[in-house]
Amino acid sequence: MRYLPLTDNDRTDMLATIGVDSVDELFVDVPADARLDGPVDLPGHAGELAVERAFREMAARNLAPSSAPSFLGAGAYRHHVPATVDHLIQRSEFLTAYTPYQPEISQGTLQTLFEFQTQVALITGMEVANASMYDGATSTAEAVMMAHRLTRRGKSLVSGGLHPHYRAVIETMTRFTDLTVAAAPADRSGVEDLAPLIDADTACVVVQNPTLFGHVADLRPLAAACHDKGALLVVAVTEVVSLGAMLSPGDMGADIVAAEGQSLGVALSFGGPHVGLMATRKKFVRQLPGRLCGETVDVDGRRGYVLTMSAREQHIRREKATSNICTNSGLCALAFTIHLSLLGEAGFRRLARLNHTRAIAVADRLAAVAGIDVINDTFFNEVTVALSKPAAAVTEHLAEQGILCGVPVSRLLPGEDCQNLLLVAVTEMVTDQDIDRLIDGLTEALR
Amino acid sequence: MTGIPTHSGHRGLNMEEPLLFEQGSADRCGVDLPDADMSDHRLGAVARADAVGLPGLAEPEVIRHYVRLSRMNYAIDSGLYPLGSCTMKHNPRLNERLARLEGLGDLHPLQPESTVQGALELIDNLAHWLKTLTGMPAVAMSPAAGAHGELCGIMTIRAAHQAKGAARGRVLVPESAHGTNPATAAMCGYKVDAVPNNNRGRIDLAAFEAKLDDDVAGIMLTNPSTCGLFESDVRRVADMIHAAGGYFYCDGANFNAIVGKVRPGDLGVDCMHINLHKTFSTPHGGGGPGSGPVVLSEALAPFAPIPYVTHGADGFALVEAAAGDAAETIGRLKGFHGQMGMFIRALAYMMSHGSDGLRQVAEDSVLSANYMVACLSGVMAPAYEGPCMHEALFDDDFLKGTDVSTLDFAKAMIDEGFHPMTIYFPLIVHGAMLVEPTETESRQSLDQFIGVMRHLAEKAQSGEAEAFHAAPVLAPRRRLDETHAARHPRLRWTPEEEA
Repeated sequence: MRYLPLTDNDRTDMLATIGVDSVDELFVDVPADARLDGPVDLPGHAGELAVERAFREMAARNLAPSSAPSFLGAGAYRHHVPATVDHLIQRSEFLTAYTPYQPEISQGTLQTLFEFQTQVALITGMEVANASMYDGATSTAEAVMMAHRLTRRGKSLVSGGLHPHYRAVIETMTRFTDLTVAAAPADRSGVEDLAPLIDADTACVVVQNPTLFGHVADLRPLAAACHDKGALLVVAVTEVVSLGAMLSPGDMGADIVAAEGQSLGVALSFGGPHVGLMATRKKFVRQLPGRLCGETVDVDGRRGYVLTMSAREQHIRREKATSNICTNSGLCALAFTIHLSLLGEAGFRRLARLNHTRAIAVADRLAAVAGIDVINDTFFNEVTVALSKPAAAVTEHLAEQGILCGVPVSRLLPGEDCQNLLLVAVTEMVTDQDIDRLIDGLTEALR
Repeated sequence: MTGIPTHSGHRGLNMEEPLLFEQGSADRCGVDLPDADMSDHRLGAVARADAVGLPGLAEPEVIRHYVRLSRMNYAIDSGLYPLGSCTMKHNPRLNERLARLEGLGDLHPLQPESTVQGALELIDNLAHWLKTLTGMPAVAMSPAAGAHGELCGIMTIRAAHQAKGAARGRVLVPESAHGTNPATAAMCGYKVDAVPNNNRGRIDLAAFEAKLDDDVAGIMLTNPSTCGLFESDVRRVADMIHAAGGYFYCDGANFNAIVGKVRPGDLGVDCMHINLHKTFSTPHGGGGPGSGPVVLSEALAPFAPIPYVTHGADGFALVEAAAGDAAETIGRLKGFHGQMGMFIRALAYMMSHGSDGLRQVAEDSVLSANYMVACLSGVMAPAYEGPCMHEALFDDDFLKGTDVSTLDFAKAMIDEGFHPMTIYFPLIVHGAMLVEPTETESRQSLDQFIGVMRHLAEKAQSGEAEAFHAAPVLAPRRRLDETHAARHPRLRWTPEEEA
């Protein structure tokens, strides 16, 4: 077996050194009838070529968005990832290192985390950020629990523009706590006003910007209303590229920002692994979940970085920790930070403008199709359209032609009255030809 | 063995590297993108006018930055990485290639099901391997890491009690448990009741029994344990918790020692998370991503999180709504369907080894750990007698009177070219050192490591404490002031520092 260096001779010698006759003597503490006497009923070992073939066959049974016109978004976006990103994250020293518990020999990981935290703080407009969470949805749920700890209040108010997966994860994670979650009805038109619902028990208001339906909101009045009542504003961002063209959540008064960072550097990979971002105000830092990297000096006075403020974390505080999170999304955070380093100020803002202007072009063309009503007045790179037919069937019909035209809202909100709504996302990856095929496909399907 | 040098000591190739923010400027860029006219934007009142403040660098500068930083890291690809309970084994590069295949790496999670039949088949396939290897009837695939899997498991337990109308308030957790166990139980609204270990490093059965009552929801037991031992009374623990109406959560962090040899389902386990980034070799990546599927018994399966894959007459499908068969689900634990990128790597690892190879993995990992213990006898002894599993736990008894602490010993290992073992964990052993060599080390590599351990133990015992206190001296940094970092948190670069 190519991954196992010990030879039979080695094994025999090593058993002799230990002083046992067989390796089974080392499993003596296992109840005798629980020791399997042979391999379980699964295929035997396979060479690299055979394994690769099996995976290529499975891959071939999927429609790859890379070779199809793709307008899928709803929390996961197809962007161009520079070749440099994938090269660098596959360097052994990054790919195969553990969590940087021994800082003297982990400065590479630690400095990149410090830079990551700084970049996340900059783009979200916040003062501090942590070293990543699993994904945007879990990050948002952690933000809700953090708001509860900070305010000692029990109620969270969740916008109808929040991604249903995010809302569901908040509901699951708070299910066995004394927190209550009040979710507003789906806000397809981007008109909800949550301010009147905030009261003295409200720990936080959770909104997404742009919303699930693509609407862009000015959150400043809502932030003021939250702060007026002593509540916190939690802003979720599922498309971080938008931050290059829009005021940041921090600019608009957010207290905690929870975001999905997949758009920068991270493969879609059927939904995971992605990378959760979490940023907040400096005064709230001791209630942040997850790892934090901080600057310090070594005994020779040289600048260096360490994991810090671990008195918040489970390995020190156990049941009193801010969260149970341990492993996070380190390598995806690295991909994110490398991509953002390549973009820099100019590239990040150009990428955002490019997404926005291409989305405008698509929205305008969609609006001209008979049977399509573009709902949004404002948007970044994703719009909601109302079709004259159920969106799921149209999506399926276009998929048969190799066109991934968008995400039917009914997939995310089953049971809600939104059968005809389709989310259409447009990134820099979409070509003019892709747009033509989308428009032609929809025109034909809605005829 | 110390005749074999494990490090070069040279530093001429190690470059210092400033922060991105100290070398970039706003007018450089590492990508070429056309600029777009924003005069007709649809951003309402929130179009950005001000700069974000990001530094700009050209591509060669970015590459050099990260390559230089990477060289300040230790990694499994550069040497034995004996972190106990972390299972730092070889990460095959084939798996990286497969995770990036077109049709897998680029799949969108919300494509129509008809366009992702291969992906759903892959998840179903991996689920089959996990169920077969553990002897369990069901598996929840979506948890994103081990601790997330714990949350999944304890939530299903709580939901199962609730469905029976039983309000139970406590979860029993041995003192030797990883910190995520009590933190998880607390997140599920349970009080944590610590169970002591006995003088054999196993759970104290009498103390455990004394705690059992109708308020106990379950026990979280790590097996093989964080002491590197198989819980020899595991069946009795299972029987006793079941008799008390509770459930048995097994922390599967150390599954590597028994994969293919022992099925947790044969031990009375109700649920167990599996760290794909440990046993099944998906790369740790400097702290993640992980993946923590949870195998479930028949009793807990109805409460499994959504979504999950089913196989019907029309092919594979995803159950995404809390209705029908999923009516009792605890709900959704993360966005989309789980850590697909990790599933691909883990399944490739399993198929490469096969059922025969996986069994060999367990045997070789246990053999290597016991061989190491045997070779170290005379200079240091494990905290508990008898064979260990895939890792060995030492206390600091061998350092008594030397003025060398466990931390000093660990830092001295860095100067010998090795990453230290897990230290000061588990908490029940004084000055703990938990050493896990894994099955992917050759005999030569093990002998070299053992040689260094012996050399350092003898050096400590011969009164050379000062060298230990100074260590490391050959690393990219010497000891860092962690107290300063915590008391004066500096968690990001700020422009003021330029002045």
